[in-house]
Amino acid sequence: MADPAPPPDLGSRRSRILAGAGGRWTAAIGPSLIALASTAVVVGLLVWLIPKSKGYEEVKTNFFDRAQFDDSLPAIAEAFKTNIKMFLVIEAIVLVAALVIAVMRSLPGPVFFPLRVMAIIYADLFRGIPTILLVLLLGFGVPALQIEGLPTSELFWGGASLVLVYTAYVSEVYRAGIDSVHPSQDAAARSLGLGRMQSMRHVVLPQAVRRVIPPLLNDFIGLQKDTALVFQLGVVEALNQASIDVAATFNYTPYVVTAVFFLAITIPMTRFTDWLMTRDRRRRMAGGLVA
Amino acid sequence: MTMPVADTGTRLGIEGVHKAFGRKPVLRGIDLTVEPHEVVCLIGASGSGKSTLLRCVNLLEPIDAGRITLGDLDITARRVKANHVRKRIGIVFQAYNLFPHMSVLRNITLGPVKSLGRSRAEARDEAMDLLDRFGLADRARDYPDRLSGGQQQRVAILRALAMRPEILLLDEITSALDPELVADVLTMIRDLAATGMTMVIATHEMGFARDIASRVCFLDAGRILEEGLPEQIFTAPTQERTQQFLQRVVEAGRMGGGRSGA
Repeated sequence: MADPAPPPDLGSRRSRILAGAGGRWTAAIGPSLIALASTAVVVGLLVWLIPKSKGYEEVKTNFFDRAQFDDSLPAIAEAFKTNIKMFLVIEAIVLVAALVIAVMRSLPGPVFFPLRVMAIIYADLFRGIPTILLVLLLGFGVPALQIEGLPTSELFWGGASLVLVYTAYVSEVYRAGIDSVHPSQDAAARSLGLGRMQSMRHVVLPQAVRRVIPPLLNDFIGLQKDTALVFQLGVVEALNQASIDVAATFNYTPYVVTAVFFLAITIPMTRFTDWLMTRDRRRRMAGGLVA
Repeated sequence: MTMPVADTGTRLGIEGVHKAFGRKPVLRGIDLTVEPHEVVCLIGASGSGKSTLLRCVNLLEPIDAGRITLGDLDITARRVKANHVRKRIGIVFQAYNLFPHMSVLRNITLGPVKSLGRSRAEARDEAMDLLDRFGLADRARDYPDRLSGGQQQRVAILRALAMRPEILLLDEITSALDPELVADVLTMIRDLAATGMTMVIATHEMGFARDIASRVCFLDAGRILEEGLPEQIFTAPTQERTQQFLQRVVEAGRMGGGRSGA
């Protein structure tokens, strides 16, 4: 009995290994290469076609003028700090105020009926009117009343309008989170002798808030953009600064500059929110498999 | 090691308790007295009112008529604060209801710290003693989702024990568990019974009820239809409904020795 001849055996194994390696190579890098190639083709076409399109020169000089861009950038950057400050202060207030409203609305029992009703009316009212309308109403209206003791700063009233509107939205987000925590969690906490508020604070809210972080961030992306609305009150923030530049030169590039500033903040936030949501979904699915 | 035993004997009295959900009556005049150190098992079909009765005793559900007493205190009286009562009566739920955002240790110390006002260190030491005693000390830092169902339920029992309750209510605590995980939980309850813990247990584990109960109550449509020593209820039930129920249980093959031997 002769042993099987080694050369063909070796050869066939080698070819199998190669084929396997080839298969893996295709699986890992192939799709990326295809994506890269198709992207290159699309971008190439756009770069080639857009300059040929009608009105390209006009758009370029009016919206994307390099000199205008450089000229308006420093002043808009300076003014954009106002937007950032507004955003940070308003966000901090909204996070707390909305939680108070949401908890008010979740209080059970007939005693708290008036509080619940007030919370509902508040949320309905301020989610129902256009933000810009409230900005104008409070920003121009309240200082015009000349009531002693009330601030007359447009920035203050503009900010207050945004606080009122976003508190209404965010309180709904919180409330959805509170409702999503199963009543058995509250029952377990209460069975240990914890009071209603203790159960809310230690058991319900920590779970609720964790679940609503992605939608919360979504609302804050909206808030970040809406800080531009106070420009109507004459507050010098990025959009107002850009408008001043545009009025002086009749070139719209400063608006594009402003857009770039907003995008620099909102796009990372959006991506971060998406990433959180995907991670969340993956965790829930993993949890579902375990349970 | 601390033994979480109720040294004070407290009698639980349930007198003429009625409870309806909407127009659907669930409890229709329950009378039951549980003496200190007694283990009373409630058996009966799903929907017979076992769970509702336990939830009423812990004041998680208000009752419509009758009264429930703990020692000399009428706990269903208006002026009595539910929180005070719940500190004295522990309950363990079918679905464990552990707090998923807290470690095992914090699950157990939350009640003693926030509701009994014990110091964190003291509560922690006691919780560790309990975990150690029931072989769960190495899971103290884990979150509930890392534990098996049986371990989660044992932690839930420890969470109730950490409050040093005078009475422990167990609401079908093995119903959500895979069969192979039931034994550990039942062993734990046997240990507790041996230490003299007063317990009211709603259960479908007939073998277990038979061997642990000082008394068995058969609930049917919101009433205690028959009660007595386990031997009597399981071998010579007098009521036709009890016989039918037990017959069905035997047919379903759930009469074994608390599954601990299985």
